[in-house]
Amino acid sequence: MRVDVRAVSWGVGGRRIVDGVSLTCEPGTVTGLLGPNGSGKTSLLHVLSGLRAPAEGAVLVDGRDLHAMDARTRARRVALVEQHASTDLDLSVREVVELGRIPHRGRWPAGAAEGGEAIEAAMRIGRVAELAGRRWQTLSGGERQRAQLARALAQEPATLILDEPTNHLDLGHQLDFMRTVRGLGLTTIAALHDLDLAAAFCDRLVVLNAGRVVAQGPAADVLTSQLVADVYGVTAHVERHHRADRLHVVWER
Amino acid sequence: MHVAAPPVVARTRRPGVIIAMAVVLLSSMVAALALGAVSMPVGSVLEVVGRRLGVADADVSLLDDQIVWQLRLPRVLGAAATGAGLALVGAVLQSLTRNDLADPYLLGISGGASVGAVMVIVLGVSVAGITGSAMLTAGAFAGALAALLVVLLLASDRTGALPPARTILAGVAVGQICAAYTAFVVIMSGDSDAARRVLSWTLGSLAGVRWGSAIFLVVVTLVVAVVVMAFASDLDAFAFGESAAGSLGVNVSRLRWLLMVVTALLTACLVSYTGAIGFVGLVVPHIARMLIGVRHHRLLPASALGGATLLVWADTAARSLVSSQEIPVGVVTAAVGAPVFAVLLRKARKRA
Ligand SMILES: Nc1ncnc2c1ncn2[C@@H]1O[C@H](COP(=O)(O)OP(=O)(O)O)[C@@H](O)[C@H]1O
Ligand SMILES: [Mg+2]
Repeated sequence: MRVDVRAVSWGVGGRRIVDGVSLTCEPGTVTGLLGPNGSGKTSLLHVLSGLRAPAEGAVLVDGRDLHAMDARTRARRVALVEQHASTDLDLSVREVVELGRIPHRGRWPAGAAEGGEAIEAAMRIGRVAELAGRRWQTLSGGERQRAQLARALAQEPATLILDEPTNHLDLGHQLDFMRTVRGLGLTTIAALHDLDLAAAFCDRLVVLNAGRVVAQGPAADVLTSQLVADVYGVTAHVERHHRADRLHVVWER
Repeated sequence: MHVAAPPVVARTRRPGVIIAMAVVLLSSMVAALALGAVSMPVGSVLEVVGRRLGVADADVSLLDDQIVWQLRLPRVLGAAATGAGLALVGAVLQSLTRNDLADPYLLGISGGASVGAVMVIVLGVSVAGITGSAMLTAGAFAGALAALLVVLLLASDRTGALPPARTILAGVAVGQICAAYTAFVVIMSGDSDAARRVLSWTLGSLAGVRWGSAIFLVVVTLVVAVVVMAFASDLDAFAFGESAAGSLGVNVSRLRWLLMVVTALLTACLVSYTGAIGFVGLVVPHIARMLIGVRHHRLLPASALGGATLLVWADTAARSLVSSQEIPVGVVTAAVGAPVFAVLLRKARKRA
C-alpha cells in the first residue's frame, strides 16, 4: 500500500509538534524515521496510524484519506506497534495476538472464534508460536516486541507502523527483529534511534527535527556528518564500512 | 503440535464455567426463597413458584404463597439484578479507565444519591405529592443524575474527551462535596432517628423491593447487559491502553462517553432503589478475572452471575441472620466478600 503524507501538521494548544511534514512511502518499502528525542516522531506516527487527526494536510493510503475512513476499516489497513506496550492484565501471548482480530470481528455473537488462520500465521511469522501459552508479564523485552508484532500482523494490515521497535533489545534481537520486518514485504514506517541499523534496513530515511522534515531520501544521501552535527549536535564521520559494505556512523567523544 | 498448556492457560479457556455459574445462581435463588425468618422446604417453594407460573398444579397454603411469591421472590430477583448490575458496571469501568479501584460509584453517583436521600429523609422534600419510599427513590435518582452531570462537565476536556484520571478525580471531588453536605444536614437536624435512617440507607438494603421495582431492576440490568456485551471486544482492545485501542479501530472517546453514561444511569437506578451497596462492583470483577481471564465476552457474564449470586446470599443473610432486625446488606457484602477476596489475592500471588 502506498502512503502519501501531504503537508501534515499536528499540535497541542497552539504549539506545532508536527510541522508541515510531507513524505511518500512506496508499496512494500521500509522507511526509517529518525530524529532526536522530542522531535515529534511518535506524534507523527500517531497521525499516520489514524489516532490523531492532522490539523492541516492529509494522509492518503492508496489515494484514500486515512482520516476520513471508519476506524475499523482503517485498523484493517494500518497496524501500529507502540513504543511502550504495557498492561497490568494477565494475558497469554495468544490472547495478545488475538487482539489483532478485533477490527475484523462483528459485535454478535460476542467473542465468536474468528481468524484462526490469520492468528496462527501471525504467531508463526512473529515467531511466538512456541510462546502461545506464556503469560505476557513473564516475557522478556524481545519476546514482548515479537508478540506485539504478531498482534499487528494478525490485523492483516497493508501498512505497518513501528515506534522505536528495537529499543531495549540487545544487538542480536535488534537485527533479528529488523530482518523479520524486512521479510514481511509490507509498507513499513519505523521510528529508529540507531543510525547504523536504519541505514542497513531501510529503503529510505526521513529525518525530523523540531517537527519538521530536515532531510529525506536513501541513506547514502541523508546520513552525512553535517546532518548528524545539525540534528543531534554530535561530531561524527559517516563512512562506508569496507567489510560490510554499509554506512557506518563513527562519532567522536 | 502445541506443548501441553500449563494450568493457568486452561483457566482462561475453561468452557463450562459460565454455565456452572448460572446453575449456581439459580440454585442460590431457590435456596434464598426457602430461607429466612420462616424457613420452608425447597419442595414447597418450587410448588408455589410452579403454581404461579402455571406449570405445576399443586395445593399450596396461602401463607406460603404470600411469603414466597409476594415477599421473597421480588426481593431475590431485585438482589440478583442489583448484584449483576453492580458487578457489570464495575467490570466495564475498570477496563475503560484501566483502574483496578474503579467501582460503580466512581462518578459520584452514590454521593449524589445520598444528597437526594437526605433531602427526602431529613428535610422532608416532596414533589408533586409523591411521598414515602417512592419519593426517596425519586430523590436519590435525581441526586445521582445531578452528580453525574457535574462530574461529566468537570471531567470532559476541551476536545470533549473523558480522560480517565480526570474523570476519577472529578468523581472523588463531587463525592466529597456530597458527603460533606449529607453529614452537615444530618448533624444540623439533630434528629437521631433520621440519622439512623440515613446511615442504613447509605449501607444499602433490599427490604423495600416489591414486584414493581424488582421487574424494573431486572429490565434495566438486562438492557445494560446487552449493550455492554455488544462492546465486549472493544473493551478487550483497551488491554494495552487507549492508543492501542484506537489503533485497533475503537473510537475511544465515543465508547467512553457511551459506556460511562449507560453504566452511570444503571447505577443511578440501582442506587435509588437499594442505596449504595459497596464491595460488589469493586471486587466481583477482580474475582471473575482470576477465575475466567480477561476477555470480556466471558468476563462480563461471569461478573454479572457472580455479583448476582453474592448479593442473593448477602441479602438472605441480611434478612435472616439476626431475628427481628435487618442487617444492612452492604455490611454483609463487605464482611463476606473481603476475606474471600483476600484469600484469592494471596493465591494469585503464589501463582505469579
Ligand atoms: N499530547 C501531547 N500534549 C502535549 N505535548 C505533547 C503531546 N504529545 C507530544 N507532545 C510533545 O511533543 C514533542 C514531541 O513528542 P514525541 O512525538 O513523543 O517525540 P519523539 O517520539 O520524537 O520523542 C515533545 O516535546 C512532547 O512533549
Ligand atoms: Mg517517541
